[in-house]
Amino acid sequence: MLNELPTFFDIKRYALHDGPQIRTTVFFKGCPLRCFWCHNPEGIGCGLEVVIVQERCIGCQECVHGCPEQALSWDGTAISRDDERCSLCLNCVEICPSLAHEAVGYQATIEEIVGEITKDQPFFDQSGGGVTFSGGEPLAQAEHLLMLLKRCGELEIHRCVDTSGYAETPILLEVAAHTDLFLFDLKHMDGGLHKKHTGVGNEQILHNLEVLSKNGVSVRIRFPLLASINDSAAHVEAMGRFLSGLGSIEHVDLLVYHDLAGAKYRKLKRPDLTDRAYSVTAEIVDRTRRLLEAHGLTVHLEK
Amino acid sequence: MNSRIERLRKLSFETRPSISAERALLETEFYQQHYGKHSIPVLRALCFKYLCQHKTIYIGEDELIVGERGPAPKVVPTFPELTCHTVEDLRILNDRPMTGYRVAEADIAAYRDKVIPYWRGRSMRERIFSEVPDEWRAAYEAGLFTEFMEQRAPGHTALDGTIYQQGMVDFQRRIEQRSAALDYLNDSAASDKYEQLKAMGIACEAAIIFSERHADLAESMAAETHNPARQEELLEIARICRKVPAHKPDTYHEALQMYWFVHLGTITELNGWDAMTPGHLDQHLQPFYDKETAAGTLDRKRAKELLCCLWIKVNNHTAPPKVGVTAKESGTYNDFTQINLGGLKSDGSDGSNDISYLALEVADELHLLQPQPSVHISRVTPERFLKAAGRVIRKGYGYPSVFNSDAVVMEQIRVGKSVEDARQGGTSGCIETGAFGKEAYILTGYLNVPKILEITLHNGRDPLTGTRVGLETGKAEEFASFAELYQAFEAQLNHIVDLKIRVNNYIERMYAKYSPAPFLSVLISDCIDTGRDYYDGGPRYNTNYIQCCGIGTVTDSLAALNTHVFEGRTVSMKTLLQALQENFDGAEKLRQTLWNKTPFFGNDDERADGIMRRVYDSLFTAIDGKANTKGTVYHLNMLSTTCHVYFGKMLGATPNGRFAHLPMSDGTSPSQGCDRKGPTAVIKSLSKMDQIKSGGTLLNQRFLPSVLASEQDLDKLCSLVRTYFSLGGHHVQFNVVDTNTLKLAQQHPDDYRNLLVRVAGYSDYFVDLDKDHQEEIISRTEQELG
Repeated sequence: MLNELPTFFDIKRYALHDGPQIRTTVFFKGCPLRCFWCHNPEGIGCGLEVVIVQERCIGCQECVHGCPEQALSWDGTAISRDDERCSLCLNCVEICPSLAHEAVGYQATIEEIVGEITKDQPFFDQSGGGVTFSGGEPLAQAEHLLMLLKRCGELEIHRCVDTSGYAETPILLEVAAHTDLFLFDLKHMDGGLHKKHTGVGNEQILHNLEVLSKNGVSVRIRFPLLASINDSAAHVEAMGRFLSGLGSIEHVDLLVYHDLAGAKYRKLKRPDLTDRAYSVTAEIVDRTRRLLEAHGLTVHLEK
Repeated sequence: MNSRIERLRKLSFETRPSISAERALLETEFYQQHYGKHSIPVLRALCFKYLCQHKTIYIGEDELIVGERGPAPKVVPTFPELTCHTVEDLRILNDRPMTGYRVAEADIAAYRDKVIPYWRGRSMRERIFSEVPDEWRAAYEAGLFTEFMEQRAPGHTALDGTIYQQGMVDFQRRIEQRSAALDYLNDSAASDKYEQLKAMGIACEAAIIFSERHADLAESMAAETHNPARQEELLEIARICRKVPAHKPDTYHEALQMYWFVHLGTITELNGWDAMTPGHLDQHLQPFYDKETAAGTLDRKRAKELLCCLWIKVNNHTAPPKVGVTAKESGTYNDFTQINLGGLKSDGSDGSNDISYLALEVADELHLLQPQPSVHISRVTPERFLKAAGRVIRKGYGYPSVFNSDAVVMEQIRVGKSVEDARQGGTSGCIETGAFGKEAYILTGYLNVPKILEITLHNGRDPLTGTRVGLETGKAEEFASFAELYQAFEAQLNHIVDLKIRVNNYIERMYAKYSPAPFLSVLISDCIDTGRDYYDGGPRYNTNYIQCCGIGTVTDSLAALNTHVFEGRTVSMKTLLQALQENFDGAEKLRQTLWNKTPFFGNDDERADGIMRRVYDSLFTAIDGKANTKGTVYHLNMLSTTCHVYFGKMLGATPNGRFAHLPMSDGTSPSQGCDRKGPTAVIKSLSKMDQIKSGGTLLNQRFLPSVLASEQDLDKLCSLVRTYFSLGGHHVQFNVVDTNTLKLAQQHPDDYRNLLVRVAGYSDYFVDLDKDHQEEIISRTEQELG
């Protein structure tokens, strides 16, 4: 039964930015937050989606003829999809010769996913890397996540979970028992502004971070830095104070905002709110780093 | 880089290659006077001596290491005894836009009046081509294979440490002893051996004459100069040239000059493929470096300066010009002197040392076309060395290439070499494995494997010309299963390989009889002991390689046939062949289906990788163990150099959706743009090939500079290498892409789907970004590569 299977949108091998060394990142689909700067918009919605990559279309119209719901049409230059009619049968994805129809999201069994992960086990063993579960929000599919974590644990694969931290604490703790390292996003210290920018408050998130820390779980903080959103000295100060009070923080990854995901938003027919105005200057990056370091934190810059 | 090295480098870098007829004229003169008076080996040795006595000697301003093959840097001699260029050839070389060579009118006139009239009908090339069977010629002209020995002599030679322990005088003594011990009563080959040994003795004498002439010139220059510092240098050069190569070197400087004279000797005597290489130069130099730095007569700075001088000398020696097919198969100025760094010592311990790091620095600072350093990584190689190599790799020169010493040793043990000889061996040319100083490992030519599939699909005919070039293995439309198709492909493969080997074995005897290499034979064990020439089975080990091209293209094409014609039956064989014949004109939908909906090699997908393994096994069975004329055998080798471009030109559209005449996959790499799951998947796919059964494989990987920017990135690169090698990989090289490549990727996204680009916090495929951001990445890449 489909709904008993976890939903993913990608598995990326040789992922360079999702934890230590050479890793495979499994991206769960679906997230309770709505951060406008999200660079993986494919992970926002929890259901399957299907999109058109117009540049690839060769105009053969096979999909138009093959669509059982007559949801596709050709206007002489491009294909368009009537989302009301589309039943997500993915027939178009199947028949399109040029990969112009792309399914965003798919379902797979735990063993299929584990099979994909273990393909790169020789690289994990050699480098000290492993698997990272990211998203979307992996904790939103906690049962499946747990099964994957346990299977990977049995296979001696190092496990990271990349999370917004927005989940019920008992669930998080259960996941933590099978996780070697958390990549924990921290977006804003102010509850109101957090809600404004991400759609949810930060109380649960901050609480979870404290609990993880008390339990001695290894955590790396991921701090997406955006101009005028969370780059003020006062805000960074507040974050530094909070984090330095916790134990077990390995370091803080400073993620500098970029607007490269815009094309993906447009492809997904989601409002594209990316804007270069949110890009921070090198001086701000430097100041942020120094402010955090002043609290005894180790800061890594991801540019 | 000090100012001396800057000047020498500038001269080497900026001088345009040109051709000199000097060698051809001297050789013609010599042959006119002496041909018929001596046995062939002695004639060849005397010719070499004549060249050493009469060629122009060049010592450049600033030089510390001396000697040029031509009259000046970047001036290339010709070898009419192998291939006699026509006047038209020379004009083409002068005029062609790519890898052109300037040829002066006077040299063309000399060729027309003196060289061509003598050598017409006498060159090896003409003699070979007048004897080959029509069947071979048809296959050759269809581009099913190339023939290495039509324009250059068999070569591929690397040295071991012998020349740092014995000089020419020592070799002469051994030659005399061996000659005196010949058993004319019981050995029917004794008189042949006598002539061969006599020739080797003359070749040693020639090399000494050559160095003495440099000493004379250096002394006269010293007498004339008003610069006391240069005078001192010239006198030191003269002293060294009076000592080496006659005697073994005792200092670091002498060791470098020793090697250089020996190098020049081998490439003056004949025009062997891939010039010559010192092999494990770092291991050879280290004892001299240790001794002198301890004694205080040499410091690191001076050692580096001298090493730079050798590097520039190699770069001065542009590959001799090729014409016709050979120019297309490897049209490059690079003569493939590959210097091995790191690796193993003969006792199995780590071979990397101070000179290994020094050489990496030199390669980095000079970044010249030649020589191309390679790093050899074994289980015992320290991570520090691999990382030092990684720091050069990320600069984007395309080198050093990275080799797996443990695999290189295993490949050699599999074919019966001793462990010690195997460890002292390494790789030369592009990726070819050999026992340095002890083996003639001869490349015989490239094999166009996708073309073999193409003629299989056309019942032995070349669809581009309609000519029959292979076996009639049945009509493709009548194959009822993939198994039947594959059987026909295998029969065709065996036929073509046998055709190639038959002719190669003929050519091999031609070289053994008519073009021996006495000087090279002095240097390679055990030619003196056996009294036989390098080309006649004299060395301790003798291997012939056939280099197989296009494993990616042929695998993907077979996978497409299997998926779409036999399993899915989405297209009939007839329709597919029709589309191929018309180069997919009006069949873009079919082409896209083939290209996008077939499991391709390089994605860690067993459906394709299983086919690759099967093809590889068929290649192995067709080639490995076939007899050459030296009592030893052929092995397979998996590389294409630049021949995949020529072979692609000779190939129609292929069932993987590739258009006619485009390049096929290079080396053992996946088809261009078909590896869509990143480098780990490529490595996994490649590791399914049992590479130990080859004489080398070649994997190209492309990265954007941003993916290799940080120390952590470097760690990951090292881990990629180590993992590939633990899985049995032979070689990998990383090309850091430049902005031109990115612009091409914008135009042809299909061919560049594997280009991973780092953006903040994550990586994406370059072709998946929108235009604006692609532009941004291009401008950023420009800055990063500086």
